[in-house]
Amino acid sequence: MNEINKEISKHSLIKSFAKQIRKDILRTALNAKENSSHFGGSLSTVEIISCIFSEYLDFYKNNENIGDRHRFILSKGHGCLAYYAALSELGFFEKNVLDTFEQNDSFLLGHPVINRKYGIEFSTGSLGMGLGLGIGLALSILKKKFDKKVFVLLGDGECNEGSVWEAAMFAPNRELYNLIAIIDHNKFQQTGSNEEIMDLKNLSNKWLSFGWNIVEVNGHDINELLDAFNKKFENTKPKLIIANTVKGKGFSFSEDNNEWHHRILTQKTYDDAIEELDK
Amino acid sequence: MIFDKKTINKLAMIGQRASFGLVLYDLVSEIDDLMVLTADVSTSAGLDRFRKNFPNNYIDCGIAEQNMMNIAAGLASENFNVVTTSFAPFQTMRCLEQIKVNLGYMKNKVTMVGLASGLVLGPLGYTHCCIEDLSVIRSIPNINIISPSDTLETAKATIACLKNNQSSYIRLTGGANRPKIYEEDYEFQIGMPVSIIQGEDILIISNGQMVHNAKEAVNFLREKKIYPSLLNFHTLKPINENNLVNIIKNYKLIFTVEEHSIIGGLFSTIAETIAKNGINKKIIPFSIPDSYSNSGNYDYMINMFKLDSNSIAERIINELR
Repeated sequence: MNEINKEISKHSLIKSFAKQIRKDILRTALNAKENSSHFGGSLSTVEIISCIFSEYLDFYKNNENIGDRHRFILSKGHGCLAYYAALSELGFFEKNVLDTFEQNDSFLLGHPVINRKYGIEFSTGSLGMGLGLGIGLALSILKKKFDKKVFVLLGDGECNEGSVWEAAMFAPNRELYNLIAIIDHNKFQQTGSNEEIMDLKNLSNKWLSFGWNIVEVNGHDINELLDAFNKKFENTKPKLIIANTVKGKGFSFSEDNNEWHHRILTQKTYDDAIEELDK
Repeated sequence: MIFDKKTINKLAMIGQRASFGLVLYDLVSEIDDLMVLTADVSTSAGLDRFRKNFPNNYIDCGIAEQNMMNIAAGLASENFNVVTTSFAPFQTMRCLEQIKVNLGYMKNKVTMVGLASGLVLGPLGYTHCCIEDLSVIRSIPNINIISPSDTLETAKATIACLKNNQSSYIRLTGGANRPKIYEEDYEFQIGMPVSIIQGEDILIISNGQMVHNAKEAVNFLREKKIYPSLLNFHTLKPINENNLVNIIKNYKLIFTVEEHSIIGGLFSTIAETIAKNGINKKIIPFSIPDSYSNSGNYDYMINMFKLDSNSIAERIINELR
């Protein structure tokens, strides 16, 4: 297979991976019933997570421990619907386990709880902690001389947390070229837009001034995301990818509609969504 | 590290922060995955020599304790044996949620050392004094809590915590010139209190620097023909409840002496155990009241709260009248 065909096939594989993730998010959200779920902020991460899991973490299952492989931290823990779907897609657990989401005694809670057997490597959900954790992993990987990357997925609302900026200040001082932070910039947070609640004003300039390499992409464009992950800089600074996304991406009722931050998915809406997905 | 007389005297002379630094310096050759993280306190923690000679095992996180704990947890999850340190308020409360989630909930193993806890930083005020750390950390599951009574115990506790598979908080109290509690090496075990003086009828339970004050009080009382026992309760978590109950049963009256708020520290631990086991004994606490007082130097603070040996002895005599 020549290079172009390889690229096209990779692209279509990730695209179908992403479609499956959206389908699984709908399934999980429907089964959550009145518990509801973080729907919008999961959908905005789908392409990002699909790229990382297809491209970098596909062998992950055979590497339960901390060996020579890439690492991933879902710092925006509430976006776990996409994460659980991806883990299931990699074979960590059966699809029907997704139906236990937020049920009593389930290991799939509304925020990830560490459970290495099922691929969940960190308990996240208290915002602003993942980037510092990722720095610890990146330092470890350098010490162990692995040529691998650490991916940390943050939310834009999460960037309100001061600890994010402590980590942002630290990383460029330590030549952590293996650290890739991705901000799912869907422009919304819990109770309103970033602009209304806490304007992130010049987000990329902020990170740039802290010393990061910056790439800004359309966070739903697989080619742009992969290019951003692979882009090399002539320095040893960490990389920040600002992924411009749409909250609730994929369904006309939820796109850019912050009512879907955390909301119950009814059977009727589910049916409409499945129809829209298959179109 | 071999704790012969010479080493014990040396530790006592250099004070406990320097002792802590010295132990880590010694351990780095033994534990090659040792990582020491500080928040711009290497000098205060006795770690300047460590920092200079073992740059690969040392990370200064800057004055950013939340990030320090996140990085520590990241490294711990990769099987590094991580020590973090800062002044006690910043090592505990400033990054409390990071401690809860990373160490308590996720069980990443990190050894935290709170410098200059208690009242020793009195002249700097209550931003730097620390009378709440035990209480706050005690409510988080999966963390050992040790309050060593002298420099030898600090050294032994540090080694024990690094070898333990659970996270720990080591609370350092007292000033630079620390009197020895132990003249020679002894068995230190996390969770096992040590009998310092064996007496009768009255039991004084203490930890940290206050073991010394209590010991002096006991020496004074013995001259008055009162013979209390003194128990160094260095570990607040985990505790062996049965063992504690069996000890307490032998005494008529219990005193606790601690350099901590009356809420949530040593007194609370002992009182909870006694109440839970239905033991009908009075416990008289020497603690710091639930308030922020005026500040002054260490002696001034200790005297103000009647935690000095004279006040302890006097109070015990009064209680016996």
